[in-house]
Amino acid sequence: MKISREEVLRVAQLAHLDLAPEEVETYRGQLDEILSYVGKLQELDVSGVEPMTQLRPRNAGGESSTSGAAADADPELRDDVVVPCDVANTVLAEAPDAAKPFFRVPKVIER
Amino acid sequence: MSAATPWTIATVRDALLAKKISARELAKDFFAHIERRNPELNAFLALCPQRAFAQADSVDAAVAKGQPLPPLAGVPVAVKDVISTQGVRTTCGSKILETYTPPYDATAIERLEKAGAVILGKTNCDEFAMGSSNENSAYGPVRNPVALDRVPGGSSGGSAAVVAAGLSVISLGTDTGGSIRQPGAYCGIPAMMPTYGRVSRYGLIAFASSLDRIGPFATTITDAATVMSVIAGHDSNDSTSADEAVPDYLAQMAKTIAGLRIGVPEDYFGKGLDFEVKAKVEAGIALLEKLGCTRVPLKMPHTDYAIATYYVVATAEASSNLARYDGVRFGLRVQGNTLMDMYRKTRERGFGPEVKRRIMLGTYALSSGYYDAYYLRAQKVRSLIARDFSDAFEKVDAILTPTAPTPAFKLGEKTADPLEMYLADIYTVTGSLAGIPGISVPCGKTSAGLPIGMQIFASHFGEARILQLARAFEKAGGFAI
Repeated sequence: MKISREEVLRVAQLAHLDLAPEEVETYRGQLDEILSYVGKLQELDVSGVEPMTQLRPRNAGGESSTSGAAADADPELRDDVVVPCDVANTVLAEAPDAAKPFFRVPKVIER
Repeated sequence: MSAATPWTIATVRDALLAKKISARELAKDFFAHIERRNPELNAFLALCPQRAFAQADSVDAAVAKGQPLPPLAGVPVAVKDVISTQGVRTTCGSKILETYTPPYDATAIERLEKAGAVILGKTNCDEFAMGSSNENSAYGPVRNPVALDRVPGGSSGGSAAVVAAGLSVISLGTDTGGSIRQPGAYCGIPAMMPTYGRVSRYGLIAFASSLDRIGPFATTITDAATVMSVIAGHDSNDSTSADEAVPDYLAQMAKTIAGLRIGVPEDYFGKGLDFEVKAKVEAGIALLEKLGCTRVPLKMPHTDYAIATYYVVATAEASSNLARYDGVRFGLRVQGNTLMDMYRKTRERGFGPEVKRRIMLGTYALSSGYYDAYYLRAQKVRSLIARDFSDAFEKVDAILTPTAPTPAFKLGEKTADPLEMYLADIYTVTGSLAGIPGISVPCGKTSAGLPIGMQIFASHFGEARILQLARAFEKAGGFAI
């Protein structure tokens, strides 16, 4: 068994999801099956392989794909120019509970 | 094709210029057709006639004045409901965004409208684009217009169905692990996933940011190429969009394919591949050989690890991206006694089962103690999969595979087993992980009349190469092979 009931509850808590009691076992079984399948990744020898964190074509070859140098050489930074972004009211209009200029939420700090 | 004469971008243009029909009349015809057909297909979630007619009227005004028409003038287009449209409800197929109306347009939408396209409405999809059958939509499944008891594929099932049914001339979908190409194959139409970074993701509501791409569905390769030429290109609002020149796809695609080397990886033709799909794709490859291509057998040894890699990487990114749905700034809020209580209740009520499953899987893969074993390892295997491709593209100009292991399956057939559903993406996720472009083109039908798709991959920014092969295949009758 890859994942226990307790772990499902812990993960749900981390993900801010409330699960109904009957859902816990369903998800446990399904996650267990998926994690067992994903376990095949352990078969491969990945020593010396860099994780892929860039999708730039010249780096698509694997091992060299994430060197910080390659990323730094072509940082694709745009000029830092101030542009107007007067959207507060538009954005707040979508909020379930807004008290302009704020989003209102249940009390966070006690006393 | 249900319409007697399916419209294409070119026939719309010709009809407008010849004043045989106005853009407004055309849009009206399409809305009437949608009204008749959509109840059984459930492919559109929302229509935006006001916006469509306003755009159509401006096209008609340009025609009346004899002004030059932009490339998509008056062309009806449908948009997957994960792409933001200002003032038009955008739900992502989720209850958590049931009332959400974006305050801005995605860059792809802006470009389509600037090119004269008439947006008809938003198409149904799996919730947050998570699924391979469109059965994960909170608004009910889409039916495949070719066979109503079957799924249209997913997650862009609605976008594929509306074009296949003639309810729109073209559409936009999104592809994270196969979500454009697989429904294209199931519904029997061309469907293209561009290179990562080729089309701006600005305004695309994120599922897995290192994998998500926007791309077109069409009925012809020429139309797919025309849409690509409109939506491709750099956008300063998407820091991952590439600052690469956009080639003239229509000109490039007309070139001869004689002499091109096409790679055929044996790893894509093994266990689990339906025999009719295999036979048709083999026939498709033979046709390309007849047209002068050289077949090169390939081995891509990490193919078998792609689904496992994908479901770690994609769910990890999703668990992070979907943290924003907390009931505070937009969408659903379920009241709670505390802030945490509100978050949990909102997410419990708002998300469907597959989305919760993926959020939990991703949270688990990123959690302390498991990060190295799952996420970090998957990112390393992803490098190996990408290297399989870069090694292959040293030897070949394109790679040919089936798009999906089977034709469209029946509604309800795979809903009980999430893992089995994931395996429908077995041939498409590889290209997603590598960041390369791919297309699915129609490649005949099964004896039961179900469409089969053939997939063509090229190296990064090789869209023109893909379109060139796809166009030659189409011209030689490959779609009906």
